[in-house]
Amino acid sequence: MPKELWKGNEAIAEAAVRAGLEAYFGYPITPQTEVLEYLSRRMPELGRAFVQAESELGAVNMVYGAACTGVRVMSSSSSPGVSLMMEGLSYIAGTEVPAVLVNVMRGGPGLGNIAPAQSDYNQAVHGGGHGDYPRIVLAPASVQEAIDLTVLSFDLAEKYRMITMLILDGAIGQMMEPAEMPEMKPVHRQDFDWATNATMGKRERRLLTSIYLNPLDEEQTNLRLLNRWKEVQANEVRYKEYFIDDAEIVIVGFGTAGRVALSAVRTAREQGIKVGLLRPITVSPFPTERLSQLTGQARAFLVTEMNMGQMLDDVQLTVRGRVPVEFYGRPGGVVPFPDEILNEIKRINSAPTAGHTDARDAWLTRMTAQV
Amino acid sequence: MTTPANNLVYERPEAFTETPTHYCPGCTHGVAHRLVAEVLEEMNITDKTIGVAPVGCAVFAYNYFDVDFVEAPHGRAPAMATGVKRVLPDRVVFTYQGDGDLASIGMGEIVHAAARGENLTVIFINNANFGMTGGQMAPTTLPGMKTSSSQNGRDVETQGYPIKVSEMLSTLEGVGYCVRRSLHDPKNIRLAKKAIRTAFETQVRGLGFSMVELLSTCPTNWGMTPVNSLKFVEEHMIPAYPLGDYKISDAIKQIKI
Amino acid sequence: MAAKGWIEVSDTYCKGCELCISACPQDVMELNMSRLTPKGYHPAHTFKDGCTGCAICAVVCPDAAITVYREITKVNTPVTA
Repeated sequence: MPKELWKGNEAIAEAAVRAGLEAYFGYPITPQTEVLEYLSRRMPELGRAFVQAESELGAVNMVYGAACTGVRVMSSSSSPGVSLMMEGLSYIAGTEVPAVLVNVMRGGPGLGNIAPAQSDYNQAVHGGGHGDYPRIVLAPASVQEAIDLTVLSFDLAEKYRMITMLILDGAIGQMMEPAEMPEMKPVHRQDFDWATNATMGKRERRLLTSIYLNPLDEEQTNLRLLNRWKEVQANEVRYKEYFIDDAEIVIVGFGTAGRVALSAVRTAREQGIKVGLLRPITVSPFPTERLSQLTGQARAFLVTEMNMGQMLDDVQLTVRGRVPVEFYGRPGGVVPFPDEILNEIKRINSAPTAGHTDARDAWLTRMTAQV
Repeated sequence: MTTPANNLVYERPEAFTETPTHYCPGCTHGVAHRLVAEVLEEMNITDKTIGVAPVGCAVFAYNYFDVDFVEAPHGRAPAMATGVKRVLPDRVVFTYQGDGDLASIGMGEIVHAAARGENLTVIFINNANFGMTGGQMAPTTLPGMKTSSSQNGRDVETQGYPIKVSEMLSTLEGVGYCVRRSLHDPKNIRLAKKAIRTAFETQVRGLGFSMVELLSTCPTNWGMTPVNSLKFVEEHMIPAYPLGDYKISDAIKQIKI
Repeated sequence: MAAKGWIEVSDTYCKGCELCISACPQDVMELNMSRLTPKGYHPAHTFKDGCTGCAICAVVCPDAAITVYREITKVNTPVTA
């Protein structure tokens, strides 16, 4: 397929359609609404299900219902809307049905604003809904990657009977880039042996629920989820590296923050600084193993995020003090400029920290002086 | 006793599983379940039916019907049913919800499913309290009625007035069939069954959203014998929640059962 | 002449709620206080003649515990053409 100019949100919508999306349920919220708008035309055109729900609560439970029948289903929202969906996500996780959710993140907490942010990393990766459950979280850094990961997310969700979330910031949702769409895939309804699609007189009845009244049964379910997660961790870690081979300073950043960091890395390289970038694509499962390897090579890490240091915690857990970790973030819907990150690279390059100072505290001190 | 099959007047419906219900003795949830099972069997639609269970006393409804079932979060059954029905429009999808589930936490979901005219059937049990959690005040609790969370009696000045769900939903264009029946005596049970049948016929014919509200008992939480509970329905519930046909579209009026 | 009927009450399902007893138009039902079901309820039964097989007990039963039979009074004679 030739490259075309696609807006991020619409590209995700079309990619989902081509991946065999059979049902979409959503609710308007900026900066995600184009997904809903696009599909309100596209899905009925193809005779597929589209409902603008009464709320995100309604939308996620429609997703839940459709997911139980075994079809490819998704919803999309932005931060405050995703908070409302957390109830449904927990139930979907507990019922072990596949579903895809796109979060085009904005500044928060509360109503926050509609500017690009990465403030829901923790909600997506570490929790959100109640109970003990893992989920796959993918973080695209371009429109093309958003397309590719949308397609992948359906395969992963089905393979592991698990929620797959795409987290991107409003910048990627809103910007236009040349990108290549996949071929249109015909809808293929798989005959899952768990789907509640009515017996039709051919089999025993099925039940899909997240209730396990007996704690021992619930414990078994929790362990089953964890064992499945171990498979995901072993097989599905994805990341991209740039200028990493001889890098002495390694930047870790996902999505737009990773992309901005790459510009800074290129400039720093032109100035002879040995800096590289590790950009996690699966923020869950996190590329722990690769990051751990890099502690043997790097003399410092710099985590860049559009939040107050959420992935930073995961990086520190992996690095475990072996190498100094520094942080640079712009929370609240502010997108950092490459120059800001370049300044950080230069600062670390000329005077690497001893690693005794807490990375977030040090950043906060610098930020407070600056802003 | 050996009995020729043609002596049989009534037996437990086949659309039921063999599991005894967990409901308290005399609770009319069981009657409502039985009527649904009888209707599914009579219409020969058991094989293509998918039920959506609520949270509340009927949380285990899925154990009793011999059909596929999904279990919704509290109040979300109409949304979940929408998801199921939209991708499988040729199946029969019903929710079974109590008044806490439908009229309190799930009011948004039920109103919008009805407004969209979702081709679903809703069995709504109104017993004026939250049964499963121990008889707390529900939106349907009668003024002055004592519950475990309105121990001095529901004071409408501070705790509001009962919500009449059938009356409210009947104002929506998407609703094809919306009636209130009662389960307090044999005659009314027969009328309730006919309404449930009509509701499922509405769905099978694609005539829009259908709901049957059933005035039901809660002997345990009301602190009454099962027989006295039936009297309470007749003397106190029906005056507050009049039985009747709140909306029957012209197309549904033509249905002959 | 009134029809003659009889019922079977399942010990598995009956919870002794007495709804059938108060609904029975013939007043021929009561709880059997000399028996307990495996769940510990005194089950309903007919304690005297007079059941007509009208099935009202089954209509009000919340537990689908009652099976109802009625004696066939009209004998079907084979019809030969």
